[in-house]
Amino acid sequence: MACSLRVQGLSRQYQTRNGWRKSTTVQAACGVSFYIPAGKTLALIGSSGSGKSTVARCVVRLERPDSGEIWLGGVEISRLGARSLRPLRSRIQMIFQDPTTSMNPRMSASAIIEEPLLIQQRGTRNERRERAASLMVEVGLSADWLDRRINEFSGGQQQRIAIARALALSPKVLVLDEALSGLDLSTQVQIIQLLKNLQAAHSLTYLLISHDLGAVAHLTDLLAVMSAGRIVEQGPTKEIIVNPQQPQTQTLVAAAEHFKKAFARAQGASA
Amino acid sequence: MPASLLQLRNLSVRYFPRNGAPTLALDAANLSIVRGEIVGILGESGSGKTTLGQAVVTLLPTAAKYDGQVFFDGRDLMVATERELSKIRGRHISLVPQDPASALNPVMRIGTQIAEVLRAHEALDRKGRIQRIHELLAEVGLDDPERIGSSYPHQLSGGQRQRVVIAMAIACRPQLIIADEPVSKLDLPLQLQVLELMSGIARKHCMALLWITHDPATLLGFADRIGVMQAGQIVEQGPTEQIFRHPQHPYTQALVGLTQEFALSERPLVNAHHAN
Repeated sequence: MACSLRVQGLSRQYQTRNGWRKSTTVQAACGVSFYIPAGKTLALIGSSGSGKSTVARCVVRLERPDSGEIWLGGVEISRLGARSLRPLRSRIQMIFQDPTTSMNPRMSASAIIEEPLLIQQRGTRNERRERAASLMVEVGLSADWLDRRINEFSGGQQQRIAIARALALSPKVLVLDEALSGLDLSTQVQIIQLLKNLQAAHSLTYLLISHDLGAVAHLTDLLAVMSAGRIVEQGPTKEIIVNPQQPQTQTLVAAAEHFKKAFARAQGASA
Repeated sequence: MPASLLQLRNLSVRYFPRNGAPTLALDAANLSIVRGEIVGILGESGSGKTTLGQAVVTLLPTAAKYDGQVFFDGRDLMVATERELSKIRGRHISLVPQDPASALNPVMRIGTQIAEVLRAHEALDRKGRIQRIHELLAEVGLDDPERIGSSYPHQLSGGQRQRVVIAMAIACRPQLIIADEPVSKLDLPLQLQVLELMSGIARKHCMALLWITHDPATLLGFADRIGVMQAGQIVEQGPTEQIFRHPQHPYTQALVGLTQEFALSERPLVNAHHAN
């Protein structure tokens, strides 16, 4: 059964030290609210420092928000302690930007994919192995490669393994934190297609964090633009791209449009 | 015909890892760059583009063996002594690294780090260095150079750090700057700003740029010429507009097609084949 994600008034601040005894408070996220219907995708776009990763980390409860609510389907998870949270952790999983730092490069693919199953004590050894094999195939890799180490795979393949790991516990919601950046364009196309297929097959809800409007526009129904910790504009993707209202949104769309126009000019078409 | 500043002649690089077969990372590359020219090297991971950049700054890993020549201002860098090379690196050829956060020393102030570069290659007194540091920071668009100079890297934003590493790369007014994926991790508006900045600096000081990237769109309106790399070979070279308008090699055609997909196209993405 598919699962929606609702965030209401999420706020999180950090204390940073500024020399001996002095510290400043940084409001990384302030009053962030959005709703992703079950099985749909929302992309959180913004420049670096806008607070998008903070929101992502709070939503998967890698961090605890200072205030606000996070509704995973019908359950509010922002205040839950570790013990109550544990059975719910399988419902929402995260895929990170850099597969070489989000996975131990010396572990085998099977060890990486089986680890969540091991932690949540699911299945016997053989069952875990079988699940890892079927997940490898599902993300477009060969099960023969299960015993290869992560550092023996290419960047795109590593990211597929990270996706397989995220799927191990059959989550309903996936949070992708800049999961496409740094990958070659052709690899991005393949991963985007994989994510679309997986969403259809498993009725997954996606929260995408990205700074690249061009890549994300292909995947997402909804767009929310963040700036300095706040959501400044949100709505259906097409509407926002065609008619950006806020200056921050206009800057982001203009940058993406710049490349589009430059490309059209280079091809000899009228801009 | 203007004499080339940099000329790669049949340059090949082989890696000999301790366990595993030797790989040919660069296969008989031929490329020349004249003073003040911006040349883009376009390729995906594994294409050999990083190896090409490393070969030019003569910082190949020790497990690498090369064939061929790299002429810089008429001298073959591949046969120069380490002493001669250390005078060229930083002063005549410099590098803008991919990740500014790891390129900067986290426990040194920005001003001190730029001063290090100046001290190594220029005979300036302390006052002269401080003035040059302020000039450089202003040139890369950082207002309040005093505050930036006395800050630590973690106190700056990602965009500011990228501007600082650019300042360090241009500190000694090199003739050639190699940049390996310098903007790929930045958001699009910032990418645009950095491209404009680099373009302006290159034109102003007649510096040549060797701009290595996997993103074709960033080379539009920026690079004069592009070399497309695949599996260690430069498969196509030519003026930027020509590469985009009339790509000859099938690989170039595929890359140009992909650029269109990502450029906010209304068409849906083509269904790509599975990963190898």
